[in-house]
Amino acid sequence: MKQPGSVTISKRFRNQWKSYYRHRYLLLMLLPCILYFLIFKYLPMYGIVLAFKNYQFLDGILGSPWNGLENFKVLFSGHDFPRALRNTLIISFYKLLFNFPAPIVLALLLNELRVIFFKRFVQTLSYLPHFLSWVILAGIFMEVFSPTRGVVNYIINLFGGDSIFFFGDKEWFRTLLVSTEVWKSVGWGSIIYLAALSSIDPTLYEAAVVDGASRWKQMLHITLPALVPVITIMFIFAVGGIINDDFDQVFNFYNANVYEVGDVLSTYTYRVGISQMEYGLSTAAGLFTNMIALVLILVTNSIVKRFSDYGIW
Amino acid sequence: MSLTVGKKSPGEKIFDAANIIFLTVFSITAVYPFLNVLSISFSTSQAANAYGLKLWPQEISFEGYRAVFANKLIWTGYYNTIFRTVLGTLLNVLFSVMCAYPLSKKYLPHRNLFTAFIVFTMFFGGGLIPNYLLIKELGLLDSRWALILPGLIAAFTMIIVRNYFMSLPEELEESARIDGANEIRILFSIVLPISVPIIATISLWYAVAHWNAWFDSLLYISDPHKAVLGNVLRKIVIEGSSQFQQFDQGFNQNGQPAVTPDIIKSATIMVATIPIILVYPFVQKYFVKGVMVGSLKG
Repeated sequence: MKQPGSVTISKRFRNQWKSYYRHRYLLLMLLPCILYFLIFKYLPMYGIVLAFKNYQFLDGILGSPWNGLENFKVLFSGHDFPRALRNTLIISFYKLLFNFPAPIVLALLLNELRVIFFKRFVQTLSYLPHFLSWVILAGIFMEVFSPTRGVVNYIINLFGGDSIFFFGDKEWFRTLLVSTEVWKSVGWGSIIYLAALSSIDPTLYEAAVVDGASRWKQMLHITLPALVPVITIMFIFAVGGIINDDFDQVFNFYNANVYEVGDVLSTYTYRVGISQMEYGLSTAAGLFTNMIALVLILVTNSIVKRFSDYGIW
Repeated sequence: MSLTVGKKSPGEKIFDAANIIFLTVFSITAVYPFLNVLSISFSTSQAANAYGLKLWPQEISFEGYRAVFANKLIWTGYYNTIFRTVLGTLLNVLFSVMCAYPLSKKYLPHRNLFTAFIVFTMFFGGGLIPNYLLIKELGLLDSRWALILPGLIAAFTMIIVRNYFMSLPEELEESARIDGANEIRILFSIVLPISVPIIATISLWYAVAHWNAWFDSLLYISDPHKAVLGNVLRKIVIEGSSQFQQFDQGFNQNGQPAVTPDIIKSATIMVATIPIILVYPFVQKYFVKGVMVGSLKG
């Protein structure tokens, strides 16, 4: 006797097939895309098993012997990995502290300008660094911060100070990273806040003026509240990015003198993986980084959602 | 923009003046480093080594640029960068659109499943070594395709295009469908012509990413003649590698070298920067528009 359920299942299957056939051109169009993500994004996820293996070149990923959590034990009992983790957290914390509010402040200051021409001028100049790679910018900053010829030390000397070798000084290296990051991204980062500011209803300000609100009061009670949704979303992304330290920047800035304060998780992963060919260790370090990033973004998103309506999903 | 009626209070006047001064200083710091390096690149070796603000070269010399353009790897680097930027961007845009269009259709079977499959890759990935081994297994090491294929579709960009397509009125396509056009035709002859703003925006995003990319070339390319400009630049400016420093330094009347490594470095930096600075004023507004489009989603 036939089960009543099997009729509906095969019927559903037939309907499914029909709907697939009806939309065959769309599916055909989507096929290269699915293949791309399968090959270039999901296949490497399979490669993560290397984190739990002792990789042997001759045996490949599949054939190499398993070694459990050995790679993670080696990472955490060593000196370089904990140091890279610490540096990543410290540098990212400072970047969050300075780099996150900077575009908001810039957008607010630009918003107060009355002379439109001047506003456009400042905006245009401030976006420019965003379009240049850290390779170029590292070259430029090595000149600007040069201890013998750079303008920064020229000014320090002018005021009677001694030249500082910023790129090779452990005391200054993190300051250098954070300040140049702010310099590069503040203008570009302000665009999204300026967009939010331009969508504020002008009648709100008119009403506030009638009520006698000063410009400071207007900013406090109209402008800032209007920015809260954007600020919240940007904050979730920023926290999610804490562990994804800026490889491009650090890799082009650092040298053996400043490994102690500048070596971060991504540069460590690169050095161990590519230069020393410790594939298992490097994959384990990468997996650790990835998991923390995923957890950070999930947790921040859910906390923010609990207290407001603005999550990223 | 906040408003004031009648006269400004003294406090407001002070704030406005301070704001203008601050933003002027800020603008100067944003451009000064470029002017500094530009000035050194046109300097003579004596002037380049002097201490000072260096906004403009004392005596203009083109020796630095002569030396840089005499370096063969700069030219191959340029060629490789232009090649990947042009071909890579074309393929990026084509495949992103072909991915976004079906996903923008509510009637596509399993649409949410496909979308989730792609969005997941934004939050989790294999990492450096698994990606490297994949490229190696695919036989793409030392191939220019290794610079194009792994980044064929950026998930985030694709989602923005999909959202744009979803905002288009459906009636536009229906008449074409009655006339018997299939989805592929509808996309290319009806949807794309009205999607110029978003296509322009993502083309620029992809193009700038290709122009500035250097790490994939460092990882996957070992033949110096296939290295991209950013990589050649890195070798000269940051590593000071001799393999990439085939420079004819020339001599002046006193028998001293006409250019120093610093002038060569500055000229190399400028050679890589000037193309961006030249197109930047023309494309800037599209980028700003793009950020707005992207922010609608958030």
